[in-house]
Amino acid sequence: MNFVYDRLLGGKNGAIGFAVLAVLILVILPLGLDLFRLNLVGKYLTYAFAAVSLVLLWGYGGVLSLGQGVFFGLGGYCMAMFLKLEASDPESTKIQSTPGIPDFMDWNQLTELPWFWAPFDSFGFTMLAVIVIPTIFAFIIGYSMFKRRVGGVYFAIITQAIALIMTVLIVGQQGYTGGINGITDLKTLNGWDIRDDSSKYILYFINAFMLFGVIIISRYILTSKFGRLLLAMRDKEDRVRFSGYDVASFKIFIFCISAAISALGGAMFTLQVGFMSPSFVGIVPSIEMVIFAAVGGRMSLIGAVYGTLLVNYGKSAFSESFPELWLFLMGGLFIAVVMFFPNGLAGIWEKHGKKWLGCIQKMQCVNAVKVMIVNKRASRLETVKE
Amino acid sequence: MSKKEFALYIEDLTVSFDGFKAVDNLNLYIDKDELHVVIGPNGAGKTTVLDLICGKTKSTAGSIKFQDTELTELSEHEIVHAGVGRKFQTPSIYENLSVYDNLEVSYPKGRSVFGSLTFKRTEEVDARVREVANEIFLGDFLEMEAALLSHGQKQWLEIGMLLIQDPQLLMLDEPVAGMSVKEREQTAELLKRICKGRSMLVIEHDMDFVAKIAHKVTVLHQGKILAAGDMQAVQNNPKVIEVYLGH
Repeated sequence: MNFVYDRLLGGKNGAIGFAVLAVLILVILPLGLDLFRLNLVGKYLTYAFAAVSLVLLWGYGGVLSLGQGVFFGLGGYCMAMFLKLEASDPESTKIQSTPGIPDFMDWNQLTELPWFWAPFDSFGFTMLAVIVIPTIFAFIIGYSMFKRRVGGVYFAIITQAIALIMTVLIVGQQGYTGGINGITDLKTLNGWDIRDDSSKYILYFINAFMLFGVIIISRYILTSKFGRLLLAMRDKEDRVRFSGYDVASFKIFIFCISAAISALGGAMFTLQVGFMSPSFVGIVPSIEMVIFAAVGGRMSLIGAVYGTLLVNYGKSAFSESFPELWLFLMGGLFIAVVMFFPNGLAGIWEKHGKKWLGCIQKMQCVNAVKVMIVNKRASRLETVKE
Repeated sequence: MSKKEFALYIEDLTVSFDGFKAVDNLNLYIDKDELHVVIGPNGAGKTTVLDLICGKTKSTAGSIKFQDTELTELSEHEIVHAGVGRKFQTPSIYENLSVYDNLEVSYPKGRSVFGSLTFKRTEEVDARVREVANEIFLGDFLEMEAALLSHGQKQWLEIGMLLIQDPQLLMLDEPVAGMSVKEREQTAELLKRICKGRSMLVIEHDMDFVAKIAHKVTVLHQGKILAAGDMQAVQNNPKVIEVYLGH
């Protein structure tokens, strides 16, 4: 019990924060929003996976990745490939010159399914691939970077370059990937229609519970010795190395974990939004994910979720009226947060919110004591009267 | 070389940076239970010797053998696992963590990724952390954030972070830099105490301090050994006086 409370929920403060977030996501938002808006929130919450992964990697590990979109995208594409194959059965694609393959392949004169698409026919394989492929990819990048002690700005630039390369690759290989349009017209998951209203609700809740699961696992990692070592490495990498730790393997591990988490978000994105395209892979979405984490607080798993919701809310509210100004505003927001609130919303809450809350509690205490005294006096008076 | 068995053998050790030989054909032997101090003017190559032993710098030639393990072929963390601990010149501690966490993170269990994920704070770990904290005079500061310690206390903490690993070779780079007179005395006592059962290699400039702790002294100059022996002999060596006071 103690283990669950201290290690998984993060003690009293962590548990309260977690409970508040759970009530917001599971009760308030589903009751207060119409399905269209709720589906939008569901989409934002898939980005929150990436933001949480950046708390681990960047906030605690000190490794800034500007390429989380790559893993988000890989997870999303794996899911999309499965759904696309299911939607492209020979019956519904009989007007194509080669029935039974995805429509964009047919448009690009492909006559058979590429070999790497074939295994995505299997649901089990796809579920595994959603996690494993991005993790292996992260392992390869992490191994080649961290073993050579590439870090800091250089790592950030390289991950950004990878995000760019990935987009170019996807767009360029139209016949295999659906190109700039992405993989669209996804319909069913194992025969279950993902487009109707009830399934949208179900997917929203599955997504929410998975996000909570990810937060709990992340909390476990951060409260273990591993978590303290991450902080130690961020602070004095050499001291950790000369205390007998293979620093590179720790960084590779946290990079792989963060990739897997982002990928999970990507897969849920595809399911809820119904398509996947390169515009969720490249540099801009990757940097947006960093901004979500920065605004929410890069040292706070829960804060990252709020940051994601808030920035995305601002994005849709603001870009409806001034679409071209949004990017500038977002850049400004990022600079402002980094300069004035390095720990984001969570930091502001820690610094001021708690004091404020404490004040209210104190006042309530004072009031309670006053009421008690008054009551006592009253009862005493009554006894005297009697 | 004598028949005597040493703990650490440094033989023909050379490192050159673009032709400049920072350490040149160095031979150094350290015994168990021995506290060996290396002194020398700035740029003599003292810190480089420590860098070479702990693997921070790769040697150009020569060998470093510690308890029959060749260290020059190992990576940094493997050298630590072989029983070598090293304190850096400027106190190198984790400022964001408490004194307790600093020590616990250095505890030599759970050193692999998965080991650290499943590491548990057992009574044994807790007792060891407290024992070491008392030894380094920080028993009352366990919950304090390390950033708030004084400079001298930070030096002690880093020594403690090494002690908790119980290294067989302990290397300290200027352990009393920035310490008050009283702290220096305490540190001298500490070093004498912890030297038992292991070898120690210390770099220091403070001659009074060196005289207090050293079993043997080696004077380095331009990457080479200028003189070696006990403090008395070294201090009276005309070559040493020349290097320190001459020019």
